[in-house]
Amino acid sequence: MLITKLKAKEDIEALVTGKVFIVNCHGCKEVSFPEAEAKALQKELCDSGKVTGILTTDYICNPENMKLRLEKHRKEIDAADMVLVFSCGVGVQSVAEYFEDKKVCAGCDTIALPGFQGVTPLEYKCDQCGECYLNITGGICPLTACSKSLVNGQCGGAKDGKCEVDPNMECGWERIYQRLKMLGRLDLLKVPVQLRNYATDKEV
Amino acid sequence: MKISEKFSRGEFVVTTEVGPPKGFHVEPLIEEAKEYLSNITAVNVTDNQSSVMRLSSLATCKALKDAGLNPIYQLTCRDRNRMALESDLLSAAMFGIENILCLTGDHTKLGDHPQAKPVFDLDSVSLLYTVGQLEKGVDLGGNELVGEPPKFCKGAVVSPCSDSIDAQLAKMERKVMAGAEYFQTQAVFDSERFISFMEKAKQFGVPVQLGVIIPKSVGMCRYLNANVAGVHVPDNLIDELKADKEKTKAGITGVEITARLIKECLPYCQGVHIMAQGWESKVPDILKLAGI
Ligand code: SF4
Ligand code: SF4
Repeated sequence: MLITKLKAKEDIEALVTGKVFIVNCHGCKEVSFPEAEAKALQKELCDSGKVTGILTTDYICNPENMKLRLEKHRKEIDAADMVLVFSCGVGVQSVAEYFEDKKVCAGCDTIALPGFQGVTPLEYKCDQCGECYLNITGGICPLTACSKSLVNGQCGGAKDGKCEVDPNMECGWERIYQRLKMLGRLDLLKVPVQLRNYATDKEV
Repeated sequence: MKISEKFSRGEFVVTTEVGPPKGFHVEPLIEEAKEYLSNITAVNVTDNQSSVMRLSSLATCKALKDAGLNPIYQLTCRDRNRMALESDLLSAAMFGIENILCLTGDHTKLGDHPQAKPVFDLDSVSLLYTVGQLEKGVDLGGNELVGEPPKFCKGAVVSPCSDSIDAQLAKMERKVMAGAEYFQTQAVFDSERFISFMEKAKQFGVPVQLGVIIPKSVGMCRYLNANVAGVHVPDNLIDELKADKEKTKAGITGVEITARLIKECLPYCQGVHIMAQGWESKVPDILKLAGI
């Protein structure tokens, strides 16, 4: 868990389709997690009968730890159409990777906190961009998985699925395309033009 | 002249491209362009192509325009943030440059300044959107421009022979939605693949120019196959280049292959973009042989 803030309520409501299983990560909680707001919002979702279960845990950025804890909720997760994760970008990516073919969404944006990197040493990276894109990229971070940190799709440089910069690295946008295809969400490639907002870094 | 005017009249649009020198002596390029390219609708000017630092595309466009040619200003997002790109677009409008081509650009690591900071504040899609905003009289900061806003003919690129056609079509649609008015393709060496791509791409209703590179040698084709994304030279063309070494060396085989490709694809596209890569002098022969 890095430092996070809740996405706008309308944005989260728009993400929720069908039944939802909720994951909260209170890992590096001493840093910051919008706990009260997240609780209030999740209560509303519960009241509307959309929630199959809630797991509040820590360090979901550690895949082994995350799997053990999630598996205890297997039934509730299977009953849900999607998983909504309230954590930093690393946590969301870990969960999205684990549930390959389930819709996994981010409820938070991850903001930069200079000097603190969280407990995130594993495969997934988060650049703390402040406006998490994972909900339109199938749970793969375009800022760290793409050598140019592109947010509007693949550049023309990928060859045989590999990045133009490093032939040993899979093209991040190829991975995003394949994941969206698997999820049946290629329509997300038609979202409005995305512009990075470098001003969000300073909001904390 | 905006090349969109020609497209809308149903004319077949021929463009080619030149690369600015590494230095500021642009005269040889201008002389060559005047000699071989003056009958061509428009000439692309590359922007630090392959991430190699050169004379700017904008300055070279201005020089070509002064010499009576019609330049297409290529802009990549590698070297400039949104403010610099917007500012250069206004400068282009001031110079009377009317055609632009928006690209993401190669990564700095591939070029001759691998230590440089790669920018990519925008990308091909958001750059097209940005131009659209300027045309409405506002910049990306939401501020109004003073006076009549600029108006460009906005182009983009697509790769018809890439491994993943569906991903290419999805990106192409995104560019159309962001305002692309015409497309130039990555180099095509296989007319069948191009034709089946066009069957799908025509749904967008935007003119597409077939991109061709003149194959100069077997070595060049092997290099393209190994290193350039979305480009594949089939074996039969490589064999054709091998067959008569003298003819290939003289450039005749390359001219024949290119003209044949253009002829085969002609009914399926709205123009051709010839990347001569130093063989500008062969362009008139290719067009003659292709019957254009
Ligand atoms: S898009 Fe990537 S960098 Fe931005 S918050 Fe999400 S995971 Fe982090
Ligand atoms: S090849 Fe793929 S990962 Fe590499 S810069 Fe282009 S889009 Fe990004």
